[in-house]
Amino acid sequence: MTSRMISHLRPALVMIVGMTLITGLAYPLAMTGIAQLVFPSQANGSLIEQDGKVIGSALIGQSFTSPRYFHGRPSATTGTDPKDPSKTIPVPYNAANSGGSNLGPTSQALIDRVKGDAATLQAENPGTPVPVDLVTTSASGLDPDISPAAALFQVPRVAHARNLPEDRVRALVEQHISGRFLGLIGEPRVNVLALNRALDALPPG
Amino acid sequence: MTFDGWLQIALYLALLLLITRPLGGYMHRVFAGERTLLSPVLRPVERGLYRLSGIDEAAEQHWTVYAVAMLAFTLAGFALLYALQRLQAVLPFNPQGLDAVSPDLAFNTSVSFVTNTNWQSYVPEATMSYLVQMAGLTVHNFVSAATGVALALALIRGFARRGADTVGNFWVDMTRCTLYVLLPVCIVVTLVFVWQGVPQNLSAYTDVTTLEGAKQLIAQGPVASQEAIKMFGTNGGGFFNANSAHPFENPTALTNLIQMLLIFAIGAALTNVFGRAVKDERQGWAIFAVMALLFLAGTVALYWAEAAGNPAFAAFHVDPTGGNMEGKEVRFGIVNSALFATITTDASCGAVNAMHDSLMPLGGLVPMLNIMLGEIIYGGVGSGLYGMLLFVIVAMFVAGLMVGRTPEYLGKKLEAKEVKMAMLAILCLPLSILGFTALAVVIPAGTSALANAGPHGFSEALYAYTSATGNNGSAFAGLSANVPFWNDTLGLAMFAGRFLVIVPMLAVAGSLARKKIVPVSSGTFPTDGGLFVGLVTGVILITGGLTFLPALALGPIVEHLSMLAGTLY
Repeated sequence: MTSRMISHLRPALVMIVGMTLITGLAYPLAMTGIAQLVFPSQANGSLIEQDGKVIGSALIGQSFTSPRYFHGRPSATTGTDPKDPSKTIPVPYNAANSGGSNLGPTSQALIDRVKGDAATLQAENPGTPVPVDLVTTSASGLDPDISPAAALFQVPRVAHARNLPEDRVRALVEQHISGRFLGLIGEPRVNVLALNRALDALPPG
Repeated sequence: MTFDGWLQIALYLALLLLITRPLGGYMHRVFAGERTLLSPVLRPVERGLYRLSGIDEAAEQHWTVYAVAMLAFTLAGFALLYALQRLQAVLPFNPQGLDAVSPDLAFNTSVSFVTNTNWQSYVPEATMSYLVQMAGLTVHNFVSAATGVALALALIRGFARRGADTVGNFWVDMTRCTLYVLLPVCIVVTLVFVWQGVPQNLSAYTDVTTLEGAKQLIAQGPVASQEAIKMFGTNGGGFFNANSAHPFENPTALTNLIQMLLIFAIGAALTNVFGRAVKDERQGWAIFAVMALLFLAGTVALYWAEAAGNPAFAAFHVDPTGGNMEGKEVRFGIVNSALFATITTDASCGAVNAMHDSLMPLGGLVPMLNIMLGEIIYGGVGSGLYGMLLFVIVAMFVAGLMVGRTPEYLGKKLEAKEVKMAMLAILCLPLSILGFTALAVVIPAGTSALANAGPHGFSEALYAYTSATGNNGSAFAGLSANVPFWNDTLGLAMFAGRFLVIVPMLAVAGSLARKKIVPVSSGTFPTDGGLFVGLVTGVILITGGLTFLPALALGPIVEHLSMLAGTLY
């Protein structure tokens, strides 16, 4: 057994080093080179520049709290407390520490959270059922999208805060609905950052 | 559940059927050493590797030599990966200046990646440098997958050969799988992923100021190249903590569909490689049918559970038609999250595009049961087929008992040795899963890591050891597993789940290869029809059901009943 093991030592070592060079260095580095050449924007994270500054990524959700903006989904991501690095605090949409709430369906913490969020949203748009994606945290904590229903639900609040007619805001939402891929695959959705940028670009009144 | 949802499930299965035969044919040619389209480029590389390692590619190995070669290779990979993690702070490609990985985490991660598990106790974007992600983790995404395929080939040869002492050459099988099968597909897929928005760079993380003026630090990296092999090799280890739910790992419905197809592609194609090797493709399709049945059953159950949503939300005026969206992404919705969760646990992939911890109780039961059955539903690359063939041996044994004949399969008499070895391999799963779970839920070092209380907490522990033993790698991720007790016991479970199955399986391969073929007679049980499919499916469900039902009753089933009664924890 031992002598057999030794006879396999050279192939084992050479193979693991060879495979590391091929699949661990040549492959990812060549792919990086080609990707940077052919798809430079996507390869660097689909970053969006506004007035010469990077304001985010088209694929990564951001935290919106002002009534003037459409809000994304609740995010369960956390980060270290700047005042006490030994503590972890909620940092929604922390794009350097992705993750979900991991709360199970019978968790008291989950039900309490949903109850509170749903009550706040009900007050904002009474009588309309609250879309479930507005009261549930996403898997990544970075979901860039909301459902069309969740965007339409927020139209009265945003229109009021911006002093715009609801019809105009609703029309803007409808323009920003992306359908299913080939009309079949995935789910219809609205990219929150894109919608809010369009909202900022609307002429006043 | 919507019409469009069912259509997407049907489309997925149709595409899988479509790729099975062409990929199977290609792999059959590669492993037979025949010339392929890529040979002019890859053959010189292949030959160079053999020359440097002193390997004679024509020399075949006895099953014990094959096993020792595989173990030696795995051990060398383990040592290198452990060293890379411990030394990452002083090595290049570390723009975030991440510290060395702790010894217990480096042990856990090394076992995890060399066994094709890709359990991750850590947050990758905050723990692993780009060098470790590429030269460490990506490499094992390739070679642990290639090792799995090589092992399946050894067993296939056991059935196909007669009176032979050898089952192939491990080095040649592993090298050919990596170079001719995995690498070319990954190169193409990487570019498609980047086109769709998956990053591929070596930059430091990007500091941005959001529209509302807040600071956001966006993690970057060579994501696409790892993503491709993560799915195709059924590895499942995410570049980021949120895995395939992260918009950078899986940005669109198209990338999601490709990822789901990649998970099953090799597992499905190997049923065809098997059929071709035994010179009757229908034998492969019969195995495919068993897998398809179990896959559809799981998908329907999970889709139903998630589409029904959380009944507790109804009291808060939440729209009940939306289903359970906690821990899911809008672009995937209910159906693609349910489909992905089924696929990733049918196979030993373990990538997730939704958080399994937040699935409904019966929704979360499906992934657990899928892994407990041995991940034989298309399965991990290689391990799915050899796991399934072990169940076939047991099923044929049962059939033989019923009619009072010595069981045989494809002309090979199945005798005491094969049946004992198959049972040994199958029994190591419950031993590790149930044994470690029992330990973890009775000692404080185990229970202190649980995030949820009540039966869901038990499910977190059960899922963790199920996932580790099954070499899956997905998690009920609320578990705080990055502590020595969990890192060490999960590492042992991964080791047991891989090698305690492989060694008896190779023994079966060696023993079968030596046997002669029994001619077909009127008493031969036909193994390409509905009766065979039903029998094998039944044996799988009874074995899995009887063994694990008590544990499942304590976790997801109790949780479901208490949810209906309105009990919260």
